[in-house]
Amino acid sequence: MTVLLAAPPPVKASRNLAPLSDEALLSLVASSDEAALAELYDRFGGVAYGLALRILRDESLAQDAVQEAFLAVWRTADRFLAERARASTWILTLVHRRAVDLVRREDRRRGEPLEGAPEPAAPGTVEEEATVRFQRRVVQEALRQLTPEQREALELGYYGGLTQSELAERLGQPLGTIKSRMFTALGRLRELLAQAGLEESLTS
Amino acid sequence: MAEELHSLVAPYALDALDAPDERSFEQHLALCERCREELAALREAAAALAYGPSPAAPSPQLKERILAQARSERTNVVPLRRRRSWAIPLGAAAALAAAIALAVGIATRSSGENAFTSVLSQPGAKVIKMGGGSGALAVAPDGEAALALRLPRAPAGKTYEAWIVRPNAIRPAGLFGGGKVTVFRLPRRLPRGSVVAVSIERAGGARKPTQKPFIASAETT
Repeated sequence: MTVLLAAPPPVKASRNLAPLSDEALLSLVASSDEAALAELYDRFGGVAYGLALRILRDESLAQDAVQEAFLAVWRTADRFLAERARASTWILTLVHRRAVDLVRREDRRRGEPLEGAPEPAAPGTVEEEATVRFQRRVVQEALRQLTPEQREALELGYYGGLTQSELAERLGQPLGTIKSRMFTALGRLRELLAQAGLEESLTS
Repeated sequence: MAEELHSLVAPYALDALDAPDERSFEQHLALCERCREELAALREAAAALAYGPSPAAPSPQLKERILAQARSERTNVVPLRRRRSWAIPLGAAAALAAAIALAVGIATRSSGENAFTSVLSQPGAKVIKMGGGSGALAVAPDGEAALALRLPRAPAGKTYEAWIVRPNAIRPAGLFGGGKVTVFRLPRRLPRGSVVAVSIERAGGARKPTQKPFIASAETT
């Protein structure tokens, strides 16, 4: 608790970063703006931790993964500027990478269903929560529309942290089959997400 | 072989390659525009999967830990962005002294002639310190130049690449592996006002820097 008391007052009070895009925040982070890092954490911390927990199944390791990922954001934000990607993609890719590295290092059991759902996220702003809820619904719905083989490839690969070779061995399939499943699964997922995003923006 | 490498784009987007495949693919990626575009699209879809699991609340201390660590790093790290011109201002006198010592060391220790001493022996030649690392650039009045650098061995699958940077053009100026003092003559004369910089690139080098250079000279005069 003393840590909390000793910390500087919340930075939000001094500047309102909420209207800034994720990309604008990242460019502030690249010039060592700590408040911008805090704002990005507020936006993506919950999703990041949920993902890390799904992969690692251990609260302490999941926190390590999230911490390493956000420090990587802090240290390398200047590299993002050169990439033609959305800031959310870049950040969540870093989180996934760290979590997968850790799960492989720890060689934890992967791809098994998680026992018991994690605690619900602490309420953030209403708007952010609604966005995340919407995103989750869209992604889960899209996953349902994939073939069982495609879904399995993404679940074991992305959430399970298995490499393509481990996946081939586990499923008793040739490596080439696994690669092409991953490719068609991601391609199809992309289409479904684009459709869902489009439909939603037209109806709202 | 190229088709083989193309087919790694989806597993790479899912972080599902083991280390050797990942290195091969990254080397391929540096050269293959098609894979870079495909990867950008597939990464976007892969990252959306992050929203699939229920979001969870980490302990409030996690945010404090991250911010505290970030704060402590800020004090001793100069962000690369501030070096946008890549002309790193001459820093600590000690670093300059080290660079000169290295340059002079090379000049005196080497029995025969090397590229560095050869350039330095020309009337009016100058030594320019390389900011951000231990090394120096020798430049003759006609722009002939040689670089001397002491760098650790480049990581596996990577190489150092030197660049000649002008306000409107960046041109590759040679690859080297580090691990010892490297001396080489730059492949072309340096126009006035150019900067020589070094970045770490994938093995085989790049035509344009893909990473921010971590060492750069002051502008030549």
